Amino acid sequence: MTRIDEKRESAVSTTAETSIETPPSGGKTPLIELKHVGKSYGSIIALKDINLRVGAGEVTGVLGDNGAGKSTLIKIIAGLHKPTEGEMLVDGETTVFESPKESLDKGVATVYQDLAVVGLMPVWRNFFLGQELRKGPFKALDANGMRATTLNELHKMGIDLPDVDAPISSLSGGQRQCVAIARAIFFGARVLILDEPTAALGVKQSGMVLRYISAAKEQGFGVIFITHNPHHAYMVGDHFVLLNRGRQKLDCSYDDITLEELTQQMAGGDELDTLAHELGR
Amino acid sequence: MTTQADLDLATHKVVHDERVKEQKRMQRLLVRPELGSLFGAIIIFIFFAIVAPPFRTPEAMATVLYASSTIGIMACAVALLMIGGEFDLSSGVAVTTSSLAASMLAYNLHLNLWIGALLALGVSLAIGFINGYLVVKTKIPSFLITLSTFLMLTGINLAVTKLVTGQVATQSVSDMAGFDSAKKVFASSFTIGSVSIRVTVLWWLLFTVIATWVLFKTRVGNWIFAVGGNPDSARAVGVPVNKVKIGLFMTVGFGAWFVGMHLLFAFNTIQSGQGVGNEFLYIIAAVIGGCLLTGGFGTAIGAAIGAFIFGMTNQGIVYAGWNPDWFKFFLGAMLLLAVIANNAFRNYAAKR
Repeated sequence: MTRIDEKRESAVSTTAETSIETPPSGGKTPLIELKHVGKSYGSIIALKDINLRVGAGEVTGVLGDNGAGKSTLIKIIAGLHKPTEGEMLVDGETTVFESPKESLDKGVATVYQDLAVVGLMPVWRNFFLGQELRKGPFKALDANGMRATTLNELHKMGIDLPDVDAPISSLSGGQRQCVAIARAIFFGARVLILDEPTAALGVKQSGMVLRYISAAKEQGFGVIFITHNPHHAYMVGDHFVLLNRGRQKLDCSYDDITLEELTQQMAGGDELDTLAHELGR
Repeated sequence: MTTQADLDLATHKVVHDERVKEQKRMQRLLVRPELGSLFGAIIIFIFFAIVAPPFRTPEAMATVLYASSTIGIMACAVALLMIGGEFDLSSGVAVTTSSLAASMLAYNLHLNLWIGALLALGVSLAIGFINGYLVVKTKIPSFLITLSTFLMLTGINLAVTKLVTGQVATQSVSDMAGFDSAKKVFASSFTIGSVSIRVTVLWWLLFTVIATWVLFKTRVGNWIFAVGGNPDSARAVGVPVNKVKIGLFMTVGFGAWFVGMHLLFAFNTIQSGQGVGNEFLYIIAAVIGGCLLTGGFGTAIGAAIGAFIFGMTNQGIVYAGWNPDWFKFFLGAMLLLAVIANNAFRNYAAKR
């Protein structure tokens, strides 16, 4: 048991140290804040002047059509790319992530669309892949400990999975998404970046993921929820940022906007009106 | 601060739940990769026990086990590699390379055979390393890389042996220092009752047990399944994919060395052209045992059962008094049946 605790401690120690070092911030200081962030690849301007915040217990919905710059934004926050202008603040301090590892160490976890799971492996092995718990003189896997922890962590978030030994490919898309998020949370994430978690899912499955995002928010995690579905964003979001062709079109909070306005903006807003006029319908 | 509270380790406590272990044990047993091959082995055993009366004797079983063990030791390593998502077509001739290296180095440099064996181990591990390194660095399918090393090793075996000894086989090493003790380790026999059993059978079982333990009870085992199942995902969660793959190729190198040493100390002299085609026997044993060609699925026990099926068929045909020419036909038919049966089992597993 003590060995497991040691292992757990070492697994999250980097995050724990970070949170001790940072001054106790009031609820106002966002976990992550982007100020006038821009990114250009050679002569192509992928992003320009993006302002975005996410605080503890908040969901920031980032909406945008294909090619709006959502992926670039994720890559900047996840530490894959460095912004070419502006600055990123983590816990109120200017930070430059040199690698995805640094971003993870600061408690920023990204759940990509492909989820990084191995289909044929059991759920619990996927959950702990790369961070396995071991015990005993031969450092054997603590299989039962990992099974029980997986079950418990999923249960905490309201996912009831009767058999964690089933291959993860036998789960539904929504369940897989939830397992990937739960894994990120368990391994010390404070901020979750979810890349289109509901994109490939049906109505019911999406509901499961949205409920899960809501649960994560209530537990105090900051969530950046990237989607092109305004209905989904509006259901869980506290702030909304709308990207269009690399620019920020909208930045407002839940109280400032209705679902209709958000949908209208997302669908193209004024451009759509112009188009309707042009087509004469 | 809620976020800080959530970072508290207390909330991430590992919970032990003894009920977890008991879930669906029967069902899980039914979808194990080696189950199909186990049924196959039982059927083949009963078949030969009926058609070939001499097959029923303990002596015949000892012979079957010996034939199984020489294939099984390599099949065990090859199964690990296949679970890790790669192939090794050079494994058959790599066995010969290893025994040739040990024999010729020791003979011509007048070394103790144990030193020769140690040098051969270095050669075998180096071949495995080169295979693995080329596969992970070039990202060319291992089928092609190891096909190339297969051809190169085949050539080296013949050419270097002729160059050094002037003939196609090595000189006998039976009168050299270290031969007797090495023979005890790699090629001796022991008796149970009146039946003489080759020591390779014990090594085969030991390696299978170790491989099984590594696969299911260690972190490396978890990584082997992951790099075979989805290398990109494995890399994304911090698994050292390249190291695991190179390690697996070197494991096959170790297996080739071990079998190579057995051949050297069992027969004293090595034919430089042998070993070609055996790589398929290893792969067949692993596949009959339930390993997926695409990686990420399989067991070492399955490979052992596959090798046992090979041994039974190989010797059973002889005991039945049939023309041994039929052996390859039977092997092919069994492979086909095994692949179809395993596929059916896997689909059942996916559906539950």
